[in-house]
Amino acid sequence: MSDKKHSPSSTKSKSSFLAKFSAFTDKFAYPLRASHYVELLNPLWAGHALKAKVVKVWDETKDARTLTLKPGFNWRNYRAGQHIRIGVALDGVQYTRTYTISSPPERNDGLFTITVKAIADGRISHHLVRKIKVGSFLAIGLPQGDFYLPDSRPVKPLFITAGSGITPAMSMLESMLAKDRMRDTVHIHYAPHEFDAIFGERLKKIASEHSLYDLNQVFTHEYGEHKQTKGYFHAEQLEKLCPDWRERETYACGPQPLIEAMEKHYTLENMTRYLHIERFSAQLAVIPKEAVGGTVSFSKSGIDALADASTALLRVAEDAGMNPPHGCRMGICHSCSTTLLSGCVRDLRTGKLINDVGSKVQTCVCAAAGDCELDL
Amino acid sequence: MNTDEFKKVNTKNSTRLPVDLSDPQIEEFGRELDAIREEVIDSRGAKDRKYILTVIKTQRILGLLGRIMIYASILLLPAWSHDLASSTNFWILISLGTLSLATAKILENMEIGHNILHGQWDWMKDPDIQSSSWEWNHVCPSDQWIQSHNIKHHTWTNVIGKDPDIGYGLLRVSSRQKWRPFYLLQPLYAFLLAVLFEWGIAIQELELGKMFKRKSHAEKIRPLLQRTGTKMMKQITKDYILWPLLAVVMTLPFTFSGVGPSLFVVFFSVLIANVLANIFRNMWTYLIIFCGHFPKDVYHFTRAQVENETRAKWYVRQMLGSCNIRGGKLFHIMSGNLSHQIEHHLFPDIPSNRYPALAPRVRALAERYKIPYNSASLTRQFGTTLWKIFRYSFP
Repeated sequence: MSDKKHSPSSTKSKSSFLAKFSAFTDKFAYPLRASHYVELLNPLWAGHALKAKVVKVWDETKDARTLTLKPGFNWRNYRAGQHIRIGVALDGVQYTRTYTISSPPERNDGLFTITVKAIADGRISHHLVRKIKVGSFLAIGLPQGDFYLPDSRPVKPLFITAGSGITPAMSMLESMLAKDRMRDTVHIHYAPHEFDAIFGERLKKIASEHSLYDLNQVFTHEYGEHKQTKGYFHAEQLEKLCPDWRERETYACGPQPLIEAMEKHYTLENMTRYLHIERFSAQLAVIPKEAVGGTVSFSKSGIDALADASTALLRVAEDAGMNPPHGCRMGICHSCSTTLLSGCVRDLRTGKLINDVGSKVQTCVCAAAGDCELDL
Repeated sequence: MNTDEFKKVNTKNSTRLPVDLSDPQIEEFGRELDAIREEVIDSRGAKDRKYILTVIKTQRILGLLGRIMIYASILLLPAWSHDLASSTNFWILISLGTLSLATAKILENMEIGHNILHGQWDWMKDPDIQSSSWEWNHVCPSDQWIQSHNIKHHTWTNVIGKDPDIGYGLLRVSSRQKWRPFYLLQPLYAFLLAVLFEWGIAIQELELGKMFKRKSHAEKIRPLLQRTGTKMMKQITKDYILWPLLAVVMTLPFTFSGVGPSLFVVFFSVLIANVLANIFRNMWTYLIIFCGHFPKDVYHFTRAQVENETRAKWYVRQMLGSCNIRGGKLFHIMSGNLSHQIEHHLFPDIPSNRYPALAPRVRALAERYKIPYNSASLTRQFGTTLWKIFRYSFP
């Protein structure tokens, strides 16, 4: 009892002592922080910014690569299925993108992996897959997201994944294996063909060694084809591959068409509360035809810009030469949130209008709906 | 236009700029400069990023090395009586340390701080290198300096009564400034300003002169004063209290056991090294910056001349009001590329590492339009500046 009482307070005083000590050393480095000089020795020791060193790269398929990363000192552990923000400088400009961690948190060498697929016209993903070399450093964020298996109750998961959407499921599977607690799992994975499936071999191996894990790979391309020709998600397929899907919690991750098809089906069957989704990009609502844009006034910068009804305000600001704070660009991290000072904006995900003065506006997923004024 | 007419437009009451160009010709000149600007902006890339990151890293290494050498020099004081301890070794090492620290401070203020605060690197979208969040190693708070420098000085360059940097409110550097007996001693003020330059910059925005004229001014500047005061205290604490004191604390155990130098000597060695590093930085920045707008043949303007000014005319004014200093690559970097003052004033938000390549293009352009391009050696530019300070102390 007394132990329990003591331990939190002693860790607290320890951390506040550390905080005080670091605040004191910072006075010697003002206006920088002592950590800016520690960084000279090793970027991973910096306390002011979180970085990760690329220690290994491995091609999973012809256009997907796993980067093994060694995070800096102030990294914290994550839950299987969570994602992080990655900052990459391309042509001198820093971009931020979100990637799911593909390794399990139980991995005990202090490293983690992300698996990136080079998407068509995707400059950042292409850079990460093709250009990043072992030994380079990436700016990273702390793990985020609520797409993970619950610890509190024993769910029977059904993973429905496609392409690089395998990453959170892979982390969860490896985590279950590492804890030696494989749950009764069904996995439906869509990949172009057997040689173009990320983690294909690993999944087969797990399936052969663990009877509780039921793997169903659905191949969607003939060899040599560039377009999907077969294997789309549909109700009969789901009944066939996983007859007891209604008794399971579904964890889905993949491209927008798959997610949309699943949402439609689960809504029809009244099963949406058993469906957990991790998206690649924000799902946008249909913009009504009569919707109009307007003039966006950025009050702090004193810049006015014309915007249509479908362009995200963040993009409008950037096109106007501003550089407002932003992170995931898909509405999950809230780095870009600002205050609505007047007028009306549309949340592009829900189509709902936000017109209460003082509301928080996520500029990466909101567009102008008439004139508006933002605190940027 | 013949010479007489040219002289006429160059008199005190003229509303024209002192160049032999019609308005449409000036506009064409402006379009050429706009095109150069666009070209450079479109070509910014990975090389530029690498440049500024390298400069920042070098600066931090030099700063750290300077501090380490200053501390190590304490171990060479003769009082330790070991083999290496001698006053010669002590002086060599503490001088090297002081120079290294001064160089770091110069790089931070000029090539790094000044240029980041101009927004030259904002395009990289690197959260650590943004004009809005960078705090520079200077007693003047960044945002306050942006106000007096970027907004006032760069907009109103060399306009009498509008540009706060004409003589820094202390010196008479143009015949167009009205003479007052106060200016008689200005060579002395100029010297003091050189030694205390960062402090001069920091209090510039406060316009303390107005305190004597209007009582309400004190009330107006109180918030500014508080912010500047806080920043000044932090800089003083770092250089003049914490670093010397830490050296004393580290020597203390030896003093108790009866060996080593006196704590007084330790404290003052480190203190004086810091004071000198700051003074060297002040004098170097003063030298470069005074050569930017004060040398011989630089133009000053009346308010009437800048009424309804177009962007092209603003370009012309920047060219006439700024002076370059010739020098080598290292000299340009150490001057924050303000040795390319003309290019900097034309394109204040273009990355400074691009100015050297821009200079010959701007020079050729100026020659075609017969606009003066004031570029000369450091000796000529600073010499004529000193002469002006002396000459204009008299009516």
